[in-house]
Amino acid sequence: MAVRVVTDQAAIEVPVVASRRGVLGTVGRGLARNRKAVAGLALFGFFVLVALLAPLIAPYNPSALQFGQMLQPSAKHLLGTTGTGQDIFSQLLFGTRESLLIAVGAGLGATLVSVIIGVSAAYLGGIWDHALNLFTDVFLVLPTLPLMIIIGTYLNNRGLLVLIGVIVITGWSYGARQLRSQALSLRNRDFLEAARARGEQSLYIIVFEVLPNMTSLIVAIFFGAALYAVLAAAGLQFIGLGDPNSLSWGTMLYWAQANGALLAGSPVWVLAPGFCIAALGAAFALINYAFDEISNPALRPVRRRGK
Amino acid sequence: MIATSPTTRPLLQVKDLCVDYLTDRGPVRAVDRVSLDLAKGEFLGIVGESGCGKSTLLFAIARLLSAPAEISAGEIWFDGRDMISMDEDELRHLRWSDYSVVMQSAMNALNPVMTVAEQLADAIRAHVRMPERKLRARSEELLKVVGIDPVHLRSYPHQLSGGMRQRAMIAMALALTPDLVIMDEPTSALDVVAQRSLMLKIKQLQREFGFATIFVTHDMSLVSHFSDRLAVMYAGQVVEIGETRQVFAEPKHPYTVGLMRSFPSIRGALQPLAGIPGSPPDLARPPSGCRFHPRCPQKFARCPGEEPDLYARDQALVRCFLFDDR
Amino acid sequence: MIADLPTREPGQELLRTVGLTKHFRLGGFLSTRYLHGVDDIDLVIHEDEIVALVGESGSGKSTIARLIARVYRPTGGDILHHGRSVNRLQSRREVLEYRGRVPMVFQDPYGSLSPVYRVSHGIMRALKLHRTDLSKRGRQEEAERLLEAVGLVPARDFLGKYPYQLSGGQRQRIGFAQALACRPELILADEPVSMLDVSVRIGVLNLMASLRRRERISFLYITHDIASARYVADRLVVMYAGQVAESGPVEDVLAHPKHPYTQLLLSAVPDPRAPISLPSTSEVQEPPRVVNPAEGCRFRARCPYAIEQCSRVTPRLRQLRPDHLAACHVATNELEPAYMEGRESLR
Repeated sequence: MAVRVVTDQAAIEVPVVASRRGVLGTVGRGLARNRKAVAGLALFGFFVLVALLAPLIAPYNPSALQFGQMLQPSAKHLLGTTGTGQDIFSQLLFGTRESLLIAVGAGLGATLVSVIIGVSAAYLGGIWDHALNLFTDVFLVLPTLPLMIIIGTYLNNRGLLVLIGVIVITGWSYGARQLRSQALSLRNRDFLEAARARGEQSLYIIVFEVLPNMTSLIVAIFFGAALYAVLAAAGLQFIGLGDPNSLSWGTMLYWAQANGALLAGSPVWVLAPGFCIAALGAAFALINYAFDEISNPALRPVRRRGK
Repeated sequence: MIATSPTTRPLLQVKDLCVDYLTDRGPVRAVDRVSLDLAKGEFLGIVGESGCGKSTLLFAIARLLSAPAEISAGEIWFDGRDMISMDEDELRHLRWSDYSVVMQSAMNALNPVMTVAEQLADAIRAHVRMPERKLRARSEELLKVVGIDPVHLRSYPHQLSGGMRQRAMIAMALALTPDLVIMDEPTSALDVVAQRSLMLKIKQLQREFGFATIFVTHDMSLVSHFSDRLAVMYAGQVVEIGETRQVFAEPKHPYTVGLMRSFPSIRGALQPLAGIPGSPPDLARPPSGCRFHPRCPQKFARCPGEEPDLYARDQALVRCFLFDDR
Repeated sequence: MIADLPTREPGQELLRTVGLTKHFRLGGFLSTRYLHGVDDIDLVIHEDEIVALVGESGSGKSTIARLIARVYRPTGGDILHHGRSVNRLQSRREVLEYRGRVPMVFQDPYGSLSPVYRVSHGIMRALKLHRTDLSKRGRQEEAERLLEAVGLVPARDFLGKYPYQLSGGQRQRIGFAQALACRPELILADEPVSMLDVSVRIGVLNLMASLRRRERISFLYITHDIASARYVADRLVVMYAGQVAESGPVEDVLAHPKHPYTQLLLSAVPDPRAPISLPSTSEVQEPPRVVNPAEGCRFRARCPYAIEQCSRVTPRLRQLRPDHLAACHVATNELEPAYMEGRESLR
């Protein structure tokens, strides 16, 4: 039965594509207008700049050991020095590189796995859907920190790839759920039936018709996964399961803890990397909230008109 | 205004009502200076296509608008009381006992986890104290009056068919015998046979209980036999309003004429129809002057420049320069 | 059909369904409850013909369209396209060819186009798949020609737009253009105007009529609105609860409705120009949901003329007038004099 779904309000809503530059253009425009998104992106951009320009900004080589140990912040060493005489400020700047790499790398990896599993479950249906769901649920329910600790402990190699791998394994399941739901709801949309009706093959339909309509969600999940990666990496490295010889904010925390920085009167050694971790996490969280607001107008802050 | 007896005060008076939606791109006017009067017991049909503002108007009258929509100008007087300045408490006293609302889709309005009896009881008890036995008797009576077997008091909404659910909604709306029942396309989710059945029932109830009705629909033929007066809306404005029979017999506004010519008939000779070219405008950027002029077959020089008022002609009001006698 | 056109004799047979049946299982793996979507449908569509399939929701009309479009596989019966069974098509090439000959246009103008691509996307893909004879340049030119054929000019402008920039009526025309891209013989139009504004519907209906006239394409027009069916169609098929109740030339069915359901439907259609004819019934009656049905006519509960035979024997379609069939015991045996006289005076 034909039900009229058009209401007056629908005539004024924001369409999926509202820009001449397609989906990404629309997403971009939506983000540009949202205050949270602008703040989050600016913060993220700031860290990217720092990572790129580290060699230029850092006053010293971060692994240089010739300075005095546990020095307080001063004009020569903005944030003081470590227990082995390295400049904390330089370490912080160079550490940005690895921390960002982990965040973005693990975020992308987790998102990729979520997309493959979530969308496949929606499209294969039947017994495969049940199996993949069970698989997803198991991972969703496993306590992540203990799991990470166990995997990290048993693997002898402590390198960057392993760290990223552990984060991806524990972080993909949340996104997979959401993606499956959205893919299921799209499955019966008329334009997909139209694609099938004109003879397109399934793989084409999934890649070129379904995924582009899920762009918003996929990008949002990426930022969520990146947030998770920042915090998970920091946690793992802090307890020593990362590579202590690499340079990132998390390993700085590890060494600070190992040297009893707080007790020894050098709180900056702990606070500086901790603050950066929180700031990068906040950047991703802000962008995530912004996506929620863009896709659901009901969540937007209501602007009252001045009377 | 037309067609109300000058000695009795109208039940509802709407004067120059404006409703805006506050969007990122600025306010969008969904209802533009609409004025209506409704006498006691009168059946007013409001007809229009998507984006004309009829549903928004209805919600505004019922004071059910929520952000981002708001009433930005105008007055609404219900039985001599100023509706716009009332707060939630005062409105709650009016709701259901003085006026009630029937929504477009009962599945959206009925609580899926409560039985029909519980929902009727809820509606009644929210406004009036009534002993249990009397409540039950009243509920049974209400269902019978709308044509549902009272045994369905124990049913949940999903156990009823579409037509029955709509009737249950109407029973709820009549629970406290209000003076005005506002209906927003109550038949659009039903098939043709159920639609007709429901319309006849509504008209019969209206005669028995004497309530006034504002009935919003996109399908003019549906109200053609039932409404006393008919208002045609386009792009947020009322473009024609008059006695139903007259609007059908002699439509004046070119839009109304075009609408009449958009309904193929199953009776009589088959004739080619033209419809109306183009489509309703984007309310965020309405056309200049007369809003219908881009689609109007009778437009002339004055139309894109000036906005027409409502001009009186033969007991009707028409928003078109063709009827400006000056 | 629209009166100003000369009536044509339909051409040869294009598509025929034979005993087409579709049942849906309700519940889990072990359930024995089946919802009878459609039962035993015999339908014929000829060249150069518009057939309207009319019924309420749950009557099975959309199911038939999807069976013909191969979205659903039939539970029983067959679909013959130029005499060849559609069910037995195996190779991708054969299926693709069939899909090109019998494409579908959908109901929802807001959902039938992918929001992330320009409207040219669907048309170009359809051309790429079905018109391998065309070069890239050829496809571009053909896309423009298609938009002109559906009344969207200037074509080049429209091709570059996104769906959100078009109105509902324009989007439906794009849907028709996509169907036309495959060089179809028969277009399955599933309620193409139900979600459009009233003033826009006529334009799209006129488009269907002109496509049939100019491009010689047949249509299966599925709708619940009998008045629009009369406006465009040559033949009318009335469905009730998954079965064909009546079928025949549209004017004949409207002038001499034989099945009581058709009569009920016609009396319920609101027409501002006609006076109210019938009193309402106080009870609510609706088409049944057909689950594991017994023998007998499915309309009997609502039928004012039902006789004893109606509960025992399922009526079959019988020819009662030239080319005009109905499935009703009372009509077939011309019982009940009141039945014969009362309803025929609708015109």
